[in-house]
Amino acid sequence: MKPAPFEHHAPLSVEEAVAVLNEVGHDGKVLAGGQSLIPILNMRLASPAHLVDINRVAGLDAVEVTPGAVRVGALVRHAGLERSEEAYAALPLLRQALVNVAHPAIRNRGTTVGSIAHADAAGEMPAILALTEGVVEAAGPSGPREIPWRDFFLGALETSLEAEELAVAVRFRRFATGTGTAFVEAARRHGDYAMAGVGVAVTVTDGVVSGARASFVSVTDVPSVLDLGPALVGVEPGGDAWAAAVDAAAEAVHEHVDPEGDIHATAEYRRMLVTELTRRVLPRAVHESEHSTGESPTPSSSAQFPTHESEHSTDSGVQS
Amino acid sequence: MTDTTQMAGETIHDVTVRVNGIRRSAHVPARRLLSDFLRHDLELTGTHVGCEHGVCGACTVLVDGAPMRSCLMFAVTAQDHAITTVEGLCSAPDARVAPTGESMNPVQQAFAECHGLQCGFCTPGFLTTVTAYLDENPSPTSEQAREAISGNLCRCTGYQNIVKSVLRAAEIKAERADERADEQAGEESS
Repeated sequence: MKPAPFEHHAPLSVEEAVAVLNEVGHDGKVLAGGQSLIPILNMRLASPAHLVDINRVAGLDAVEVTPGAVRVGALVRHAGLERSEEAYAALPLLRQALVNVAHPAIRNRGTTVGSIAHADAAGEMPAILALTEGVVEAAGPSGPREIPWRDFFLGALETSLEAEELAVAVRFRRFATGTGTAFVEAARRHGDYAMAGVGVAVTVTDGVVSGARASFVSVTDVPSVLDLGPALVGVEPGGDAWAAAVDAAAEAVHEHVDPEGDIHATAEYRRMLVTELTRRVLPRAVHESEHSTGESPTPSSSAQFPTHESEHSTDSGVQS
Repeated sequence: MTDTTQMAGETIHDVTVRVNGIRRSAHVPARRLLSDFLRHDLELTGTHVGCEHGVCGACTVLVDGAPMRSCLMFAVTAQDHAITTVEGLCSAPDARVAPTGESMNPVQQAFAECHGLQCGFCTPGFLTTVTAYLDENPSPTSEQAREAISGNLCRCTGYQNIVKSVLRAAEIKAERADERADEQAGEESS
């Protein structure tokens, strides 16, 4: 239960970190919070020859709220993002999900970007990056690049990040005005890996659902988003057709997910769980939509997600 | 950056941290976990090591005031940070001697009063976790107390008395604050 020897690098800048990663290549691993990496090292499931410890790199610890997105730097701890009132006001989904990430002591150290780069399908934050149509910002020897979530997650614990690249931030996009979100998961014990989890975003316009989507924890091998629009769009929440529409949405989830069974739960049980969780989470999201402020200023009332320009606005002030 | 030398092919780092208010240094390889650094190198054996993969919570210490797993941190990363271990919670002059009475912090006193421990292996992690929790949440409900300790495992008590201890610690903390306020008021009026 002790890590194998490794060479420790403590760069002070992103450029320096990238230079070291470039030099050590596949023998290197980035250490941020280490709450997933260090257990792996302790159990010697991995023994990289070099650890690039980015904890002293300047400028990676900011949470920035822009009109279109919440940008989270690579050294922002889960607890810091969870406590950020600005981030909560802009995108309540973040806190809704973060309180489910392990235990408080783990959240004090673990980073949100690190958990996304770890790309565990049982992790909450990869699913949230997907649900928000988020983007990973990477720095590499040939400069920065942006990786949309769909291109980022390749498989279990596998991403499109190159060995010489550092994920410096992620951007979670904010939802359109009128969107409510909710996240639930079921675990054997609070703080354990979820047997199943689901996050949803439901947009209600003029009293009827105009858009709905879901993403999942522990029941797909990579984060995936399911459009619940076919089941829910046009339906009035709480109206006559609502119960049947929620059943249809839950059925769509049942068909979409592809869980694997293990010692904690069979595949069939996980599938049943996530279907039931979908039924429970949708009314919560609708309730949240009633006092949603969404992105601000609204680029277009019909756009589900903000435009590229608004996201890159230099105005990083808190919007409400 | 830490100063380094070589030993048996492994780079040895000169790591300095502030532990319980005192600057402490040791020469360790980069792979030295903070938990082992505290116990083996600094001989502060109050921090207990259970699972060594972040599940049990026994090794929880405060890093710059926030509870973290010392088994999931490297000593080299803790360089220049402030660490509080269970030895640093009490106000007794010698941390190696078990504190009694008023020198115990409110959480320690509450655990003693409410039988919040049996074998005591998990206790250092509970004490550090609860001490930091009550600083932010001075009057938790029973439910909140349960949530606060959800990341710490105890194999003896069944948790009932630990939850009681958390609530009692909040009371003791408030009582001591009131007493201090009364004393100050008394000094000012005399």
